[in-house]
Amino acid sequence: MQIDLTVNGKQTFIDVEPRLLLVHALRDSLNLTGTHVGCDTSSCGACTVLLDGVSVKSCTVFAVQASGHEVTTIEGIGTADSLHPMQEAFWTAHGLQCGYCTTGMIVSAVDLLKRNPDPSDDEIRAGLEGNLCRCTGYENIVKAVRAAGAAMRAGDPRHSVNELMPIHPPTVEPPPSGEAIIPQQLQEAKV
Amino acid sequence: MAFTTMVGARIRRREDPRLITGRATYVDDVRQVGTVYAAFVRSPYGHAKITSIDTAQAKSDPHVLAVYTGEDLHHAHNLKASLPVAHKMPDLKTPPHYVLALDEARVVGEAVAIVVADSPYTARDAAEKVVVEYEQLPAVVDIEKAAAGPPYVHESLGTNVAFTMPFSAGDPDKAFAEADVTIKQRIVNQRVAPVPIEPRSMVASYDAGMQQLTLYSATQIPHLLRTQLAIALGLPENKIRVIAPEVGGGFGAKLNVYAEEVVVSWVAMQLERPVKYIETRSECFQAMIHGRDQIDDLEVAAKNDGTITALRLKITANMGAYHQLLTPVIPTLTMLMAHGCYKFENIAAEVVGVFTNTMSTDAYRGAGRPEATFFIERAIDMVAQRLKLDPVDVRRKNFIASSAFPHTTATGLTYDSGDYETTMDKALAIIDYAGLRKQQEELRKQGRYLGIGISTYVEVCGMGPSAAMPAAGWDSATIRVEPTGSITVLTGVSPHGQGQETTFAQIVADELGVPIDHVSVIHGDTDKVQYGVGTFGSRGTAVGGAALKLAIDTIQAKAVKIAAHQWEANPDDVEYRDGKMQVKGDPSKSMTTAEAGFLAFMGDKLPPGLEPGLDATRRFEPPNFVFPFGTHICVVEVDAQSGEVKFVKYLAVDDCGRLINPMIAEGQIHGGIAQGLSQALFEEVVYDGNGQLLTGTLMDYAIPHAEQVPHYELDHTVTPTTVNPLGIKGIGEAGTIGSTPAVANAVIDALAPFGVVHIDMPLKPEKLWAAMQAVPSNGSVR
Repeated sequence: MQIDLTVNGKQTFIDVEPRLLLVHALRDSLNLTGTHVGCDTSSCGACTVLLDGVSVKSCTVFAVQASGHEVTTIEGIGTADSLHPMQEAFWTAHGLQCGYCTTGMIVSAVDLLKRNPDPSDDEIRAGLEGNLCRCTGYENIVKAVRAAGAAMRAGDPRHSVNELMPIHPPTVEPPPSGEAIIPQQLQEAKV
Repeated sequence: MAFTTMVGARIRRREDPRLITGRATYVDDVRQVGTVYAAFVRSPYGHAKITSIDTAQAKSDPHVLAVYTGEDLHHAHNLKASLPVAHKMPDLKTPPHYVLALDEARVVGEAVAIVVADSPYTARDAAEKVVVEYEQLPAVVDIEKAAAGPPYVHESLGTNVAFTMPFSAGDPDKAFAEADVTIKQRIVNQRVAPVPIEPRSMVASYDAGMQQLTLYSATQIPHLLRTQLAIALGLPENKIRVIAPEVGGGFGAKLNVYAEEVVVSWVAMQLERPVKYIETRSECFQAMIHGRDQIDDLEVAAKNDGTITALRLKITANMGAYHQLLTPVIPTLTMLMAHGCYKFENIAAEVVGVFTNTMSTDAYRGAGRPEATFFIERAIDMVAQRLKLDPVDVRRKNFIASSAFPHTTATGLTYDSGDYETTMDKALAIIDYAGLRKQQEELRKQGRYLGIGISTYVEVCGMGPSAAMPAAGWDSATIRVEPTGSITVLTGVSPHGQGQETTFAQIVADELGVPIDHVSVIHGDTDKVQYGVGTFGSRGTAVGGAALKLAIDTIQAKAVKIAAHQWEANPDDVEYRDGKMQVKGDPSKSMTTAEAGFLAFMGDKLPPGLEPGLDATRRFEPPNFVFPFGTHICVVEVDAQSGEVKFVKYLAVDDCGRLINPMIAEGQIHGGIAQGLSQALFEEVVYDGNGQLLTGTLMDYAIPHAEQVPHYELDHTVTPTTVNPLGIKGIGEAGTIGSTPAVANAVIDALAPFGVVHIDMPLKPEKLWAAMQAVPSNGSVR
């Protein structure tokens, strides 16, 4: 059957089996593979997305149930050109290792701060109880959420990956385009 | 190394932008046109004869492309249907381990057939249509019952004992006869599940024109897997490409060669279609290796002043139904590390490996060493309790002195470097140990039970010297200086969260004097990277990083020759200084690595006889293991009414030598502590007497949530090693090894007023509550 999903602000119409889970519609029909699957009992939270702005485990929602609704996945939370403060905070605080739970964790944390913009450490830990991480021991995740909260309350704008991790031009420049001869002198290569 | 700005810095990880934005590619994210999907039919019984398999109904499903059974694979041309075990044990029993069960299933979840269909959903539907008839056989799950006699997991062996390994050093009998006190204790180290959040995942494709098999797999060992696939599939190894793309956690469980990897590859060759298999979490609990599962029977001889003089030890280790890649090796590591950081010389030990109708055990974070640290650290506390001494003093009394390194233990390991007392003293000072003991005493008067647990661990890692490993222990690195100055690093290790794309770039940036973003670190693809052994045993940086350092040395040596030729100087007079080459004592002329790389590419201004190009491939063969150590102190309060354990404080002071990126090292410790404390308090894989898995989902198996773990306070000391040119030790497993006994010692210390001597893990509230109501006369709670 055809459903009408607005995903990351873009309306799409896709054909799905009635039993297809939302997570598989996102991953397989729309190729939004940032949303992961880590279990089969709605325990791990790796598949967390926002449905009309509220966090849900997309392995526990049928795609058809999301028809006519708005879905935000990690790809819609922020991009390399415009990182969400939560993404930046996870990066800066080393709140991830293998990265598999991270996308769902970030989406949950975004929802948590929406409900409680200034949570205590205990509130952060309680607020993320639906998301499992096996790598970090949660220490730096808590730190990241706290930092993101502070940045968002201060109105910290979004940054790009390039601002935070600049790329330097090559030390030895290639010849200008169209020039067939590679400069023979190092000096010509503007070292 | 004079020039250092990056090494030692807490810089953001370079792998993270793709991970935090959902743009990374894990195996399940690999998209290939024409992909079909596999589902496995698995045994619902712990032990059963397969009397018939009817695939007709599944095969007639229009969505189904193929169904194969063990019988099909057993007769397949060239396929070696049994899985490998890497070991150097002469008397090890190695019963066949078929990739699909042939006529008997010996563990719940053993793969019996594979169904391939046009979608993951239809594949699972069709798997339900495969009708397998079983005749249940008696199962054995209890290790001691299994060791004692029938029923046998492998009837043809006539025993469940896979191997027995005795060991003796010094004169333990004399030491026991002369001891002031002896303590006897059984310590059960329960079975746990690794639970990486990404389950096992694989997609295989076969290019019949090129006769090339490509397997994407969530593995820690792409090259070793390729070698084993070549053997299993009868393919030339140069016609197999294994890619470990982004891997979502491993913890040792992806250091293996799984039946599914062989079967899916073989099926892709038959169908000439990409075949994808992503296991469910329930399958993962059944068919991914488990960790630990030992009974450690311990006898300790000590003098009245707390000096430990001898250890008698019997390690009965559960192998599971079959050997996986390293199954029998794991408990031998336990025996090797039985000394901990203590100097006693008399030891009598025996390791017995036993088959049962359970999933194979194998390497899980720490792999054999957590078990050793657990019993020896518990033993120290039991000696202290018996002799009414402070456990700190007993540790101090028995430590190998910092002046005694390198120190060869009675079990034959040579500890490279250590300073156990300094690390412990630092931890005691930070946490105000004396103050805590006072507080404990006062709270006890109020009926509140504070417990202080110490663990002073040492572990063996940086695996390892090839002579001491079941297979190769070296690793490799290639550095290429590209014509326009960027630097490509190809590493043989296969990180999956450990951050070597960052730490290796930090090392190269400093040593070759380039901005860090000019360094790209490539790993996990056997067609791109020279052979490497992989990431496990806390070896990534200690072995792979050491190979990188050797490659840097080679690059520098050649770059120096190139620079010297330009300046008409003697290469011996040219040196790297602050990341650039210059004539010694003459800063007026300098050349960067990139400039030398450009000259090496142009090729026309090189000294006579010097090959063009600036690249190097080097391998590091470790002359020894490395032995990181530290002190973990855990403070808990046990609720007298409910038995619940509340964390009050957790402090870890670790020493892994020099730190490349302290932020990443700390992250490794955090995660390690969480896994270790979780074994102490929460986790346990449970099979019933028939071999039925009772903890088969994340609803039944408890890995901790954020609320269940404490804030970890970290500090460190730095005792370098000379085993590798970077002076570093591994840190991936240390947290897990140190934390489990610290937590258990704390909980048991809290319950000491009740006469409790030992409680087996996991230390669940109901067990603690019961212990506070009535302690058995020997003080030991199962």
